[in-house]
Amino acid sequence: MPSLKDLKTRIDSVKSTRKITQAMQMVAAAKLRRAEDAASAARPYAERFDAVLAGLAAGIGDDGPQLLKGTGSDQTWLLVVMTSERGLCGGFNSSIVKLAKAQAKKLVEDGKTAKILTVGKKGREQLRREYSDHFVGHVDLSEVKRVGYTNAQDIASDVLARFDAGEFDVAMIYFNKFESVISQVPQELQIIPAKIEASEDATVFDYEPGDEEILTELLPRGVATQIFAALLENGASEQGARMSAMDNATRNAGEMIDKLTIQFNRTRQAVITNELIEIISGAEAL
Amino acid sequence: MSGTLQFDLVAPERSLASGQASSVLIPGADGDMVAMPDHAPVVTGLRPGIVTAEIDGGVQEYVVTGGFAQITMEGATILADEALPKAEATSEFLDERIAAAKESQDDAAGAAADEAAKRVADLETLKGML
Repeated sequence: MPSLKDLKTRIDSVKSTRKITQAMQMVAAAKLRRAEDAASAARPYAERFDAVLAGLAAGIGDDGPQLLKGTGSDQTWLLVVMTSERGLCGGFNSSIVKLAKAQAKKLVEDGKTAKILTVGKKGREQLRREYSDHFVGHVDLSEVKRVGYTNAQDIASDVLARFDAGEFDVAMIYFNKFESVISQVPQELQIIPAKIEASEDATVFDYEPGDEEILTELLPRGVATQIFAALLENGASEQGARMSAMDNATRNAGEMIDKLTIQFNRTRQAVITNELIEIISGAEAL
Repeated sequence: MSGTLQFDLVAPERSLASGQASSVLIPGADGDMVAMPDHAPVVTGLRPGIVTAEIDGGVQEYVVTGGFAQITMEGATILADEALPKAEATSEFLDERIAAAKESQDDAAGAAADEAAKRVADLETLKGML
């Protein structure tokens, strides 16, 4: 049976934990709003970009650039796993890693090569045990306060340089799509070769300079745009996940405080009763 | 509404302008062009320059550092790499871009070097226009 003093210390420590989780929840809520704004501000560009690219790709025959048509093989895959730099956000990182692991396992079973590029250290930590020999690189965003397009461009140019060097045939990105505060859905998306939905718009465009030049300009940008969109979705998801995780933690701490307080009161009562018995039995013995 | 076209200027991080314009001047990769209603559909690359849109008799100017534009009969959509209203553009902003462009010019060779040199020249002309 813990002593009264022990219980008091426990209660105090749980109370301060609750204060911290509450503060983290509020910080996450504020950051979430900013992250959502950033994600919605970036959406018009991505949508229009896709529309232009779809119109352009429709007019290109079978001999398009490799970024669009692929290398003709699917032997080596690059998995870009995007996770957070910080923990305490519930199952956010695990769900992405789980999806990526499933794909890596499948590739290995099929006799293909899986290479992993990690963005964010939390995913790297989780993948290290099983897949550290598949790692080809890591992008550290821990110093970045607000993810900008330049961060996405840096990642994209890294990926594209590897593609040009023939290091892989297919590239996938893994991230969480933000649905709501309580729901973030892990996604896998193929970025190389580009998957373009056929456009229904049949307008025939003139291209200046030529259509091939424009396409070779556009495709690398498309990779960066997709990575940027994924980073922003991930950012919003991370804050959403952290918010609900911290909400749970705060609630659990409250429950624990209640339980401990009851135990504390009972123990105190027992001590008092004990003392009374001692006094009374002492008096009776006289 | 006749006599106007839908004008949209978007950058990866935000959307800068959206509205009805009577004409839009676009710094195309192969030369400036003005988009007006019922323009033939064109997709063009952009060089660093100033996009000028005439909206409700007023003129709005934006600095763009590259990207591309899609013009249709109904509208002009500019997808800029980086864009900001001309009033907010400073020569420091462009100096940074010029330095980066010069660096890639030094690294490049052949046709890529020519392109990089053109970009440096375009950026410097743009700086002079501010």
